Amino acid sequence: MIAAEWAAKRRVTVEVLRYRPEQDADPSLQAYDIPYTEGMSVLQALQHIKDHIDGTLSFRWSCRMAICGSCGMMIGGKPQLACQTILRAGEDRPLRIEPLKHFAIERDLVVTMSGFISKLESIFPFIIPKTSRATTEGEYLQTPAQLARFENFSDCINCMLCYAACPQFGENPDFLGPGVFALLQRYNGDSRDGGRERRMELVHSKDGAWSCTAVGYCSDVCPKHVDPANAVNQNKTNSAVDFFFRFLPRRRSPEREA
Amino acid sequence: MRPPYLRAIDPHWWAKPPYLAYTLREATGIAIVAYALVLLIGVICLALGENAYEGWLGFLASRWSLALHAMILIAMVFHVWTWFAIMPKTMPRLIIGGYYVEPRLITAAGIMVAALTSLLLLLIALMISQ
Repeated sequence: MIAAEWAAKRRVTVEVLRYRPEQDADPSLQAYDIPYTEGMSVLQALQHIKDHIDGTLSFRWSCRMAICGSCGMMIGGKPQLACQTILRAGEDRPLRIEPLKHFAIERDLVVTMSGFISKLESIFPFIIPKTSRATTEGEYLQTPAQLARFENFSDCINCMLCYAACPQFGENPDFLGPGVFALLQRYNGDSRDGGRERRMELVHSKDGAWSCTAVGYCSDVCPKHVDPANAVNQNKTNSAVDFFFRFLPRRRSPEREA
Repeated sequence: MRPPYLRAIDPHWWAKPPYLAYTLREATGIAIVAYALVLLIGVICLALGENAYEGWLGFLASRWSLALHAMILIAMVFHVWTWFAIMPKTMPRLIIGGYYVEPRLITAAGIMVAALTSLLLLLIALMISQ
């Protein structure tokens, strides 16, 4: 009956990890007591705090429907999107909201993204056509089976939840990480793409696929079911194959001749 | 103004959920090494002569050995289970007839093959021993 009592009170307490670089030496938790409505999201709770209680609270958000990837944070210790996570009343302890783990805190729930963005830029995140075609020659065709090879990897919204889930990224911030690997595989796995050779250098590197120990938690927390662990781990096979096949003479690809 | 605040990583992350399951999965590899060692010692004893080999067989029949083997069996079953659970993540996406094969189907197929081949091996071993 605790849940019913809470609902009757229509209040809920959340704890937010705050860090204001101009005044705080270290982050600290701040509790907020807010009005509770059935089905409200954690994002709505944060918005209530910012609009009615404390305007200094900082957090990123945009679409409110789990597609922009802005509101990723640690909610109850788990990396989740604030807009997609429903606030529950009647819990024994207040819900704890913290910035994404393994990232530096800029301010309150806002983390530094620059490392992730530069990794994303480094993998040539665009199709490099295998054979270039003039517009008059028509579209690049692809069968449903060819699409199925990479389609889920193109669903990544760059929310970085998988990075907060990855202990190897926590240990080594230079590890390319699950999300960037999903996008790398999105292009390497595309039948129209010919840029594999350029991307594989990063896969083979110290901070590439071999930094992953197949924990698999990244895929569990992914809000778009991208399965980044699969993207990283199939690239271990690719990297191993490349290692052994480098002793064989290579067939000249049309891209190299061009 | 202070620079962005970097929190320290918990050095014991591997001993806590949600990472504990991963740690246990990896740790079962030690049980498999233990079993390989028992077999290796058997081969060495065989090379050393009849007395040594009989000694090894005696150890296998002992209570300690049975307890050890029971523990290894439990670890092995867990290892097989988790191995096939992670298998779909370690291979390229399987596409049959233009359709993507669900990871849980791959896991189920793997576990079934492991169970059937283990059963077959057990039957062959029983046939040879009789």
